[in-house]
Amino acid sequence: MQIQFDPFIIPFNIGLYFILFYAVIRCVRWFMDLSRPDKLRLQRGFFGKAFGQSIKDIFMESLIHRRIFNLKPRLGYMHMSLAFGWFLLILFGTIEADIFGEKHLNAPYKAIFFKFFNPEHGSTGFEAFFAFLMDFILAFILSGLCLAVLKRFSSKVVGMKKTTKLKPLDKVALTSLWMIFPSRLMAESFTSGAYGTGSFLTGSMGSWLASFLPAEQMAYPFWWLYSLSLGLFFILLPLTRYMHIPTELFLIFARNSGIRTGDQTGSFSEIETYSCSSCGICIDACQMNFSAGITNMQSAYLMKGIRNNDNVSDMVQNCLLCGRCDQKCPVGIELTPIRMIRRRMGETEKGKTTLLKRYFPDRKYFVPAKTNGKPVYDYFPETRQEKCDVLYFAGCMTHLTPSIKKSMVKILDASGVNYKFMDENGGVCCGRPLMLSGQVKEARELINYNSQMILKSGAHTLVTSCPICYKIFKESYYLDIEVLHHTQFIKMLIDEGSLKLNFLRKKVVYHSPCELGRGSGVYDEPKGVLKYVARLEKTDFEDGNSLCCGGSLANMKISYQKKNKIAGDAAAELTKGNPDILATACPLCKKTFSSVTDTPVADIAEIVAEALAVNQIKRNFIKQPASVKESADIF
Amino acid sequence: MVNFGFTLLKGRQIDYDKNDRSLAEYILLQEPSFSICFECGGCSATCTAGNFTPFSLRRLNILIKRGENEEVGREISKCMLCGKCTLVCPRGVNTRNVITLTKKAFQKNIGNADTI
Repeated sequence: MQIQFDPFIIPFNIGLYFILFYAVIRCVRWFMDLSRPDKLRLQRGFFGKAFGQSIKDIFMESLIHRRIFNLKPRLGYMHMSLAFGWFLLILFGTIEADIFGEKHLNAPYKAIFFKFFNPEHGSTGFEAFFAFLMDFILAFILSGLCLAVLKRFSSKVVGMKKTTKLKPLDKVALTSLWMIFPSRLMAESFTSGAYGTGSFLTGSMGSWLASFLPAEQMAYPFWWLYSLSLGLFFILLPLTRYMHIPTELFLIFARNSGIRTGDQTGSFSEIETYSCSSCGICIDACQMNFSAGITNMQSAYLMKGIRNNDNVSDMVQNCLLCGRCDQKCPVGIELTPIRMIRRRMGETEKGKTTLLKRYFPDRKYFVPAKTNGKPVYDYFPETRQEKCDVLYFAGCMTHLTPSIKKSMVKILDASGVNYKFMDENGGVCCGRPLMLSGQVKEARELINYNSQMILKSGAHTLVTSCPICYKIFKESYYLDIEVLHHTQFIKMLIDEGSLKLNFLRKKVVYHSPCELGRGSGVYDEPKGVLKYVARLEKTDFEDGNSLCCGGSLANMKISYQKKNKIAGDAAAELTKGNPDILATACPLCKKTFSSVTDTPVADIAEIVAEALAVNQIKRNFIKQPASVKESADIF
Repeated sequence: MVNFGFTLLKGRQIDYDKNDRSLAEYILLQEPSFSICFECGGCSATCTAGNFTPFSLRRLNILIKRGENEEVGREISKCMLCGKCTLVCPRGVNTRNVITLTKKAFQKNIGNADTI
């Protein structure tokens, strides 16, 4: 029996064994760096119920790319043909080598270069069927590759507005990836041409090429090229975005085991940054990109920046944190928590990078900034709060839009609940803006102050008009109290029957605020209230896909002009159907939108206050004259 | 001699040659909209912190531009970053970024005030 060996397989073998060892070492390192509870979670997930789910997810997401498919079918096809096609090529190649090869359980290179070592294979019967199958898979991959090449010239081909910008090393890796399949096609075609074998693709192309070229001599260089591009791709893989291929498998197992990003850097957030394939869906979803024309801070670039150990603080701060990319990421990377972690880290120096360090990056740990213990906000007055059942916190933004405040007072009066207005004469900020800018210590001071007020009131429910406040009350105030946004509260009052409302004959569209919708998952209550009092129309941007008004407090870098551009574009999209009212549930959204659109913008509280049945106001007017008098001039 | 509590006033001359304008320059470089502020005081009127304490962003803006940094260093951390000033600003000055940059500058020891 001849020994099947040729020097050209060496580059491929070096690359393959390198990447296998490398992936194992990285996985072990990631596992070691997990916190102890997370380690246990992963163990339980791996040897437990989550295993089946993980395998299914790996098949659906890593190979088929189902989520990209749903968002952008052509882009999904491109990713699927390369990932799933390559997988099938390897799978059936191995089976083919196993059945028709000299022995079972061959070394990988024998399957990859099967045609070279068995050039006469594939002429008749079952062999021909296999040859056809392999040709078919190769054609499938090449069709996707064509899309990928076209995408580099015009991203519209795959339905994207923009494609990801690449760094030089990415381009080398990309070229080596692109070279793999055409060189295989050429190599197989020439070999088939020389021996008169091959199926519809390699066979016909081979016989055509053999008609005017010396096929036998031409084949050998292409086999070398095939092996070289494979080897180069494997060697460069850890330095480029293609690292997502092995990392995503680990990510899926970790996520299905119940590990989450949390609020500190660690192994899991590192795995997430390496799982980003730079597919560009976040870039496409980002309003900073398609409205404001800022194209250097999207999540794909952030992930790349973190991987390269760059100073990403500008990129991290220049973001509305609207969560659109987070919602759409096909890999399911928790982009907003990662950005928040980076915001807390502040500026980072660009570390020295040697080649070894790029292959084995330093383990990144979050060192909290040194803070002196002195309180910053020592000027706050003594907390004082009267007892009540329901506490109403308007928030800074609501104080800037007094009509919302007055409407809420009217609604609360009409409902007859025992409430107190916590910041009637201007209160302390909820702390969310400081939290968003990464200043946790300062934010905690405000949280403590407000918590004392809330505790002193003895209320069982806290109602707030501002989704920004709502989110932090819900997440970072450790209070045993029910926190409701006013839309939820109004919905509750309507369901209880303590609020009598007229139906307004008005066409309304609803803009879901980022912090309330994507941020806190409150979609149904605001829409429920609107459906109850007016005719709610659908827009192109519902629920998870809703737009950001651009006014977000999360972004401190964006200029006034660009903010207005985002707001204008969003308002234009929302008011396409010429509604009578553009409804929202956030005072900040209301304020931002009112200056850029001719359609009246109103908060849900205002609409409800307008719809209040007159006799109900009168009934309670006798009871509580003081506060209603104030709200008499709203509409 | 009876002390009536009267003293000579200290010189209140602003010497632009001696004052340290590095803080103002640092902010202007990173947030150009700082230059278009015309000190109307809208920010101070609406300020959440200003409700409790004599904190005025308008005053701080003037002090930064003059290069009188010591008082800025003492006052700047009173801000709660709530963002009302940015929303009411008629000129579209990104006031929140001005405040954040000032804090950052003091941390980097720009403007030779090490009060924070």
